[in-house]
Amino acid sequence: MRVAENLNAALHGLLADDPAAYVLGEDVLDPYGGAFKITKGLSTRFPGRVITTPISEGALTGVAAGLALTGNTAVAEIMFGDFAALAFDQLCNFAAKSVSMYGSRLPLRMVVRCPTGGGRGYGPTHSQSLQKHFVGMPGLALYEMSPFHDNREVLAAMVDRGEPCLFFEDKILYTRPTGLADPLFRVRRDGDLAVVDPDVPELAARPDCVIVAPGGTAHRALGAMRSLLLEEEVSCRLLVPSRLYPLDVEALLPHLGGVVLVAEEGTAGGTWGSEVAHLVHQRVWDRLRGPVRLVCSRASVIPTAAHLEREVLLSESAIHRAVREALRG
Amino acid sequence: MTETLAPAPATSPARLSRLADDDLALLLLIRHFELELLRLYGAGELNGTTHTCLGQEYVPVALRPLLGPGDFVFSNHRGHGHYLARFGDAHGLLAEIMGREGAVCGGVGGSQHLHRDRYLSTGVQGESLPVAAGVALHLRRTEPGTLACVHIGDGTWGEGAVYEALNLAALWDLPLLVVVENNGIAQSTPTGAQLAGTIAGRAAAFGIGHHLVVSADVNEIRPALEPLVAGVRSGRPLVVEFRTHRLGPHSKGDDTRPPEAVRAAREHDWYDRYAHDHPDHFHPLDARARALVEGVVAEVSARPPSRWSPCA
Ligand SMILES: Cc1ncc(C[n+]2csc(CCOP(=O)(O)OP(=O)(O)O)c2C)c(N)n1
Ligand SMILES: [Mg+2]
Repeated sequence: MRVAENLNAALHGLLADDPAAYVLGEDVLDPYGGAFKITKGLSTRFPGRVITTPISEGALTGVAAGLALTGNTAVAEIMFGDFAALAFDQLCNFAAKSVSMYGSRLPLRMVVRCPTGGGRGYGPTHSQSLQKHFVGMPGLALYEMSPFHDNREVLAAMVDRGEPCLFFEDKILYTRPTGLADPLFRVRRDGDLAVVDPDVPELAARPDCVIVAPGGTAHRALGAMRSLLLEEEVSCRLLVPSRLYPLDVEALLPHLGGVVLVAEEGTAGGTWGSEVAHLVHQRVWDRLRGPVRLVCSRASVIPTAAHLEREVLLSESAIHRAVREALRG
Repeated sequence: MTETLAPAPATSPARLSRLADDDLALLLLIRHFELELLRLYGAGELNGTTHTCLGQEYVPVALRPLLGPGDFVFSNHRGHGHYLARFGDAHGLLAEIMGREGAVCGGVGGSQHLHRDRYLSTGVQGESLPVAAGVALHLRRTEPGTLACVHIGDGTWGEGAVYEALNLAALWDLPLLVVVENNGIAQSTPTGAQLAGTIAGRAAAFGIGHHLVVSADVNEIRPALEPLVAGVRSGRPLVVEFRTHRLGPHSKGDDTRPPEAVRAAREHDWYDRYAHDHPDHFHPLDARARALVEGVVAEVSARPPSRWSPCA
């Protein structure tokens, strides 16, 4: 099953299980089913609870908050995550604040879905990974879609938090299969965390490097882990958390070793990875061989042309190189 | 919410008048450029996405002589026709879309992010209107008589920034010309499902003039617009709404419109109508434009990739 189908099934499941659940966004109705076809079939099966909106990201996010405020579960789709910028006020100054600014907790069951990232030649305003701009907002949780987490489970976790959540969905990941296809590795779950190790117990027990990556970057990290293992006999462990913020750093700690790297697609500067690094440094500085390394996209706009886009975006080979450098110390 | 485009009128559209050679040549250049793009995408030779202006070519062609080099043009995602009408530069545009040497913006911006002289486009709906208002404010003070022209679609009226900018334009007497290409649809959503009231009513709410264009005949559209555009130059902002038709898909293969909606768009298409009404004029120029675009494709495809170094 592809990740997009898993997410589509998760939305079907949510609407079926929760009679107060709504899905809204631009062009989400059948037969179109959304720009990335994630809402396919929903409006036919649940007419009235799947709502197409005008091109009004601020308003549709506010409407989701209003539905949540009145006891409903609202899932809003922002067609391209870049346009979450148009909903920033609703998210930052209303939804995230209203959970607590009235002096007592006001639960909001609200998820804003953001198709994210580059690699498809959509150009500078349709390819960004905006996670970092939302990190550190009390009352707003950030999740990222992953090949190793069932989206039904993730949706339930977001809804049950009772506070607004942003869900980042890497667009390339939509077309990938769920789960792990590479026989060199084995994936297991430790709570929210997916842990991927070489399928050789001795290597799995003592990885040379631990890579922390959100779901959208997982395949690139795995590709690097494969070439490192086969070409250089370097073994890595990959940790993929589903919730990026607030990060459960305690859950990471038992899986870390002396060398840690965070890989993400966001552009350099003020990244999620620097938040992870800081949390890890605070807890286990003395157990690390060196500071946590960060590898991300270049501090640049994301060009349209494929050959230029490749120069900017985080790649498998950049992760490979970063691991080697980290091991060299 | 599921209402589709209005059905084609019972009577077929009126006969088109004979165009000047340069107007027809430009219309045909844009048409063949866009057709060629869809062909290239279909053949897997282009990366990313594109939004063609098939069916809407006459909008920038009608405006072309009404705008001068001192005027700013703000374009949107569906902007190839706007660019070609302003610069005639099919090579630079195709190179931009293909990421080849000679690209207008080095292949960085691509189809929907172009900047050249006083021409600028962006793919985020609605955000150019306030920027154009700022430019118009500057022009009013420093170069009176020039204006800022912004192209938007019907769907873009969903964005709040549009109204904030209209308010400013009216309050500050800005030389702002808003050209609305109302093609009855936004991506997959018919206008009736995304726009309450009318565009005329919305302009009226700000005390801004509104001019409706239903014709696709450049010779009819242009003289009617001429005095109105002159008014914009003296600080009377204006909304010009073209009722037009999107002939192709929203971007590449994503057309879920019912067949009758596509048929209605085709019946209004100036291309077939002009071929029918003026075959002697049409055919030689059509063949020439087709050959010209084929030449551009051959030449640009053979170029090396564009070069650029990342900068923040
Ligand atoms: C802020 C923003 N939201 C959504 C989109 C995605 N999008 C691109 S074009 C489009 C439809 C635009 O419709 P309209 O304004 O009628 O122009 P048309 O495509 O019909 O020319 C949408 C929703 C966008 N580019 N920007
Ligand atoms: Mg439209």
